[in-house]
Amino acid sequence: MISKDRSLMAHLLRRTGFGANPDELEAYLEKGYEKAVEEILHPSDPGNMPDDLIRRYHVEQSELRDLAGSAAYWMYRMISTSCPMEEKIALFWHGLFATGYAKLNQARSLLNQVDMFRKKGLGNYETLLLELSQDPAMIVWLDNNENHSDAINENYGRELLELFSMGIGNYSEDDIKECARAFTGWSLGNPEYMAVRASKDSIWPYGRIAWHFKYMEEDHDDGLKTFLGETGKFNGEDIISIIVKQESTANFIATRLFQFFGSDEVTDEGNEVIQSMVDTYFASGYEIRDMLWTLFNSDFFKSDNAMFSRVKNPVEMVVGAIRMAGNYQAPVLGIEQVSNTMLYMGQGLLQPPTVEGWHEGVEWIDSGSLVERINFAAKELSNVNSPGIRSIIERLEIMSGEGTLTPSDLTDQCLDLLGPIKVSDETRNVLVQYAELHGNLDLRGHKLGDQSEQQVGNMLRLVAATKEYQLA
Amino acid sequence: MTSVKKDKNLIVIQLSGGNDYLNTVVPHGDGKYYDSRSVVNIPQDSVLDLDGKIGFNPSMKAMKSLWDQGKVAVINGIGYEEPNRSHFRSMDIWHTAEPNAIGREGWLGRVIRDLDPKGENVLTGINFGRGLPRALGCPGVPVASVGDLETYGLFPDLKDEDLRMFTLEAFSRMYGGALGRDPVIDLLSQTGQGALKGADILRTAPEIYQSDVEYATDALSQRVKNISQVLHADLGSRILYTQHGSFDTHSGEIITHAKLWEEVDRAVGCLMDDLQEHGREQDASILIFSEFGRRIRDNGSGSDHGSGGVAFLIGGSVKGGLYGEYPSLSEAEQLEGDLKSNNDFRSTYTDILEDWLDLDAVPITNGTFEKLGLFAS
Repeated sequence: MISKDRSLMAHLLRRTGFGANPDELEAYLEKGYEKAVEEILHPSDPGNMPDDLIRRYHVEQSELRDLAGSAAYWMYRMISTSCPMEEKIALFWHGLFATGYAKLNQARSLLNQVDMFRKKGLGNYETLLLELSQDPAMIVWLDNNENHSDAINENYGRELLELFSMGIGNYSEDDIKECARAFTGWSLGNPEYMAVRASKDSIWPYGRIAWHFKYMEEDHDDGLKTFLGETGKFNGEDIISIIVKQESTANFIATRLFQFFGSDEVTDEGNEVIQSMVDTYFASGYEIRDMLWTLFNSDFFKSDNAMFSRVKNPVEMVVGAIRMAGNYQAPVLGIEQVSNTMLYMGQGLLQPPTVEGWHEGVEWIDSGSLVERINFAAKELSNVNSPGIRSIIERLEIMSGEGTLTPSDLTDQCLDLLGPIKVSDETRNVLVQYAELHGNLDLRGHKLGDQSEQQVGNMLRLVAATKEYQLA
Repeated sequence: MTSVKKDKNLIVIQLSGGNDYLNTVVPHGDGKYYDSRSVVNIPQDSVLDLDGKIGFNPSMKAMKSLWDQGKVAVINGIGYEEPNRSHFRSMDIWHTAEPNAIGREGWLGRVIRDLDPKGENVLTGINFGRGLPRALGCPGVPVASVGDLETYGLFPDLKDEDLRMFTLEAFSRMYGGALGRDPVIDLLSQTGQGALKGADILRTAPEIYQSDVEYATDALSQRVKNISQVLHADLGSRILYTQHGSFDTHSGEIITHAKLWEEVDRAVGCLMDDLQEHGREQDASILIFSEFGRRIRDNGSGSDHGSGGVAFLIGGSVKGGLYGEYPSLSEAEQLEGDLKSNNDFRSTYTDILEDWLDLDAVPITNGTFEKLGLFAS
């Protein structure tokens, strides 16, 4: 009943965004898969909720003085953007180049970093690493402002190699030291001023300003360095251009992209795709967009094996359910309580637990987080007052024609409209039996919140509680 | 003392936001306190004196009474070297017992793993409140997080009881299918079943529990009541965690701080009464801590982030008294305007781990720390 095209498009939109409601899905279906991939990989105007509107409702999001408000500010953008891929790629880099509020206490700088990921995240990897090395939030997070020509601090140099590019085992401890030496002098321009501002936190009417990058020539170690077998008076840029041409870097980045956008598990089939992505990496001169193009157009990605092969991360869970229900399209006081649910599920925006980022896949699932995930999605999707759910009810009414929907039809339609979601026969049987409690659905003359509408809400609640809904 | 083989429990009350040490355990005998705290101070005549030099905030009446009974250890000057004055980072340090790097495992998460290595009881560690404090987080270690015991579980917003029952029944069947086809689906099935089971067991706690103690209606008291209900239901829960706040009293401190401590004091008093009523006073110890203390000099209305702080350990098995040293207020011995800590928090952890929970402390605290002797032997 569900066409292959429809399932595939929904799959693409789950991976490159937060899933799609039926209207969005149909709009993309008209474009066709290849055109959709092109469009998604070239985001245009996101049309997200404007800052001036947000600021009118949320002083804390204007000042960015606390963590909860700052995380909610990003969530608004995820909810309201028409280019979800921008947010998805930013989230990917946020998890990989994991920078946390805990150490920074500086949401403005952190959100600037996220914005850099939006703008550069689909572009050239060499450029991205350069931007990252000059990013004030990263500089503070990994102490590069403490990395001096006469006393190196290895923190950034080490993580750049281990967590951000090559992966452990592909370089020596000496390479780390030489790398750190090359990044001496890559520091902040306004630390004293920012420290004074921070000490007067409570009398600060205009909110946060950000640190800015400054290259301190006098604090840079200009000596000869030997890095990965090459010798020269390397500066940070030189190190990055050596890093990006390594096979290990290509493998590392291709694998991480594959696991985030393609599949949690890497099978032999997956390894072939990763190899194509590595080839693309070199052929294109390190372009992330081209690597993703290769992934999305691969046979594996389009196959049943790839569909629902990822556990939704909490951000996908929360934002996906909200977008489906069509809620929070305008600012709402107390929105932090909504964004905090992601934290309760184990993924607080702007607060990755460590520099390693989040452990994805099955590690999202424990008894506490599963209860939070199900309760949140069930509540969002069962509320018949929400615009997205009203539109589902209207669609069901049209499908009923002049008659009613059988429990079996209702089940299939709900699975289709929320996805399409592919479920096991056992799951489907339970859903149908559950629908049978109320008999056929008769939406003729339905009124807001009446029994027939509740019947739909109940069904959507249970679909949101299925195991399959946990997957993307 | 430990002849009855009841499991020993640790209850943690986290004071979030940075509790003002100076106005909690007040150095009323030191004129420098009143010099530095010209506005935000506790008048000498209202302090609940402990030893002629320091005393409790007047809100801490139950704690004072417990002190008089020798059940309160006041752990002075607690902290760690090179203090961090960011709430998040400092709390992280307390949670992971790792001041020098970003830790990955919570210290109590490790405790839960050691207490229940096979993860047989999903309720070994429970947080009361939403989300999981990092102290309890440890990859692969299941920990329940309970917002409200009465409504804990799936679909709490579903008010129609019949419908909720039908929905839970359907849920149980959806998650109860045969295993073995797909590892991820299996994990979801088992976790879903575990959550359902945990919720079912936890929901029995309020029914099993009976007590004459009447807890107050504020959020902390209710959560502490939930802790007591679970503890007395003997579900094998060992680590029970909750938090209270915000103690981030940059302004209007006197009123806010007093109210917060009244709530903590009342909840602790009720819990101790409750334990006594059930003859379980020897089985539970309560740790109260905060991520840091506050600046010595007040700001005219409140106080700003500082370093050295105070923690409390309370219980029938605790050896009451003063531990550590009250840090000097003299300018020469201050640390950038703060009380200088002289007592690493991991010493207190070590006492709790070795002398209370019978665990090897070193792998949990990431090092060897001298014990303070907080428990009666």
